[in-house]
Amino acid sequence: MIIRRKHLRRRKPNRSKAGDIGIYLLLIFFGLFMAFPLVYAINSAFKPMDEIFVFPPRLFVKNPTLDNFHDLLVIMGKSWVPFSRYIFNTVFITTVGTVGHLLISSMGAYVLAKYDFPGAKTFFNIVVVALMFNGYVTAIPNYLIMSKIGWVDTVWAVVVPAFASPMGLFLMKQYMEGIPDALLEAAKIDGAREWRIFSRIVMPMVKPAWLTLMILSVQGLWNTKASNFIYSEELKTLPYALQQIINGGVARAGVGAAVSLVMMIVPVTIFIVSESNIIETMASSGIKD
Amino acid sequence: MILMKKYLKKKKREAAISWKIAKKSKTYYLFLAPYAILFLLFYILPVISSLFLSFTYYNVLEPPKFIGLQNYINLILADDVFLIAVKNTFLIAAITGPVGYMAAFLFAWFINELPRYLRAFAIVIFYAPTISGQVYLIWAIMFSGDAYGYINAFLLKLGIINAPILWLTNPHYMLTVVIIVTLWMSLGTGFLAFVAGLQGIDKAQYEAGYIDGIKNRWQELWYITLPSMKPMLLFGAVMTITQSFGVADVPMALTGFPSTDYATQTVVTHLIDYGSVRFEMGYAAAIATLLFVTMILCNKAIQAMLRRVGT
Repeated sequence: MIIRRKHLRRRKPNRSKAGDIGIYLLLIFFGLFMAFPLVYAINSAFKPMDEIFVFPPRLFVKNPTLDNFHDLLVIMGKSWVPFSRYIFNTVFITTVGTVGHLLISSMGAYVLAKYDFPGAKTFFNIVVVALMFNGYVTAIPNYLIMSKIGWVDTVWAVVVPAFASPMGLFLMKQYMEGIPDALLEAAKIDGAREWRIFSRIVMPMVKPAWLTLMILSVQGLWNTKASNFIYSEELKTLPYALQQIINGGVARAGVGAAVSLVMMIVPVTIFIVSESNIIETMASSGIKD
Repeated sequence: MILMKKYLKKKKREAAISWKIAKKSKTYYLFLAPYAILFLLFYILPVISSLFLSFTYYNVLEPPKFIGLQNYINLILADDVFLIAVKNTFLIAAITGPVGYMAAFLFAWFINELPRYLRAFAIVIFYAPTISGQVYLIWAIMFSGDAYGYINAFLLKLGIINAPILWLTNPHYMLTVVIIVTLWMSLGTGFLAFVAGLQGIDKAQYEAGYIDGIKNRWQELWYITLPSMKPMLLFGAVMTITQSFGVADVPMALTGFPSTDYATQTVVTHLIDYGSVRFEMGYAAAIATLLFVTMILCNKAIQAMLRRVGT
């Protein structure tokens, strides 16, 4: 067994040693470039005031402190609308938006992936084009539509469009194509209806894709300021409120760093936890000609 | 005449057949309906109405007034800032697009050769800038115009410059800064698709390639790896185009809005300017339409290019 493994490891024929070293060096260099601002953000969040403004600036924190987080809590406590309200709003938008998105796009993706019916291909092609839509490009007509429906200044203006995000349907459909047809046919012979097949067989099989849709959706919704649609203070989101704190100027520099850390920690943690599942889903993400 | 009749008959029959199938697939439509309705309402309808609005004068208060191609004519002939915005957008897209795309692929390819746990770690490091939301604001401190900015402090210390540079307000440097920051956060979803695609390639292909006389990693890349992941390459291209033509948040946050001398005005910030500040919706819609058409054409061109990979 051991001999066999050794044999396998040596069988990487097309690699030169110089090339390997070069690649490692490149990766380390660019890895530092990518990580630098993040390391900086984490460090500043724990810096006391005098270290933030030290000259020449220093990257790593010397006397770590939780003062910035403490100050953040104090500012939060003094805000006009109770701060928990902002947190609730963002958590609400993120959860409802993500759950709805998962359910609705999975249903659509299931029939698009597994059945051929008139219009299915065209519809999917339109969704692929829609991957290219930029939020700003559709912002104006979107606002007009929202005001027609009467959703301006409600959370629904943010939540409901998130249900139909094209990226989710696209990834889910590509992943579901990997489910063997025979399985569905067997279930049909046993007398299962479509809904039962979908909820009992298909959905449990695509759990990796759930996580991917979740991270993408959470990432978008968690950071949304929603300033286009929401005006009432008590409906504003967490990123919006935190932005206000950062805008407080130099005196708030330390708190600002704490804020950045808080905002970043949620999506990054979810990504780290679900990394292997996400990569599995992405393996089926390709667009076929 | 007879041919025409025959053709019509054929079409009619085809329509009848699809209608029959459609009737049989009622359940499928029911499954798709919730998504389809929301998608059409919040993604397709806005694009169509934007197209419609682009031929009108519309200031939200009065009903839209049809003015034909006037918006487009004004954009191209009379709006100097738009031309600056187009130039900047193309410059940003031409650099961050290809560079970001290739970087995403190369990093994915390099990372794929790492041992398993190191690989997972490297993916997080390279992908984190994309998902950490507004952390790019940190670059405002890095490039801060006084001696406290990290970059200035660093260059001063090395003696390369003897006075701090106003990175974010001097039109000479602003666009470069925006490009660097955009590149930093540009790996994106395409990168993940590449990593995944590389892991999915059948290892036997490489062995076969070795026997067939492939000599180094570059040949392996061109003849085996790239052709096997064409679908991911296409997906990555779509993502890259969206990102590189849509640059707006970074310049607005770093260099202000509007920026000095419009040095970092992009098509999207121009659109925001007219849409959300001046409320000239028809004009903004014309900008949006032009941008969208450009993106689709670009996508078609890249698809055609990718078809030739590995030949």
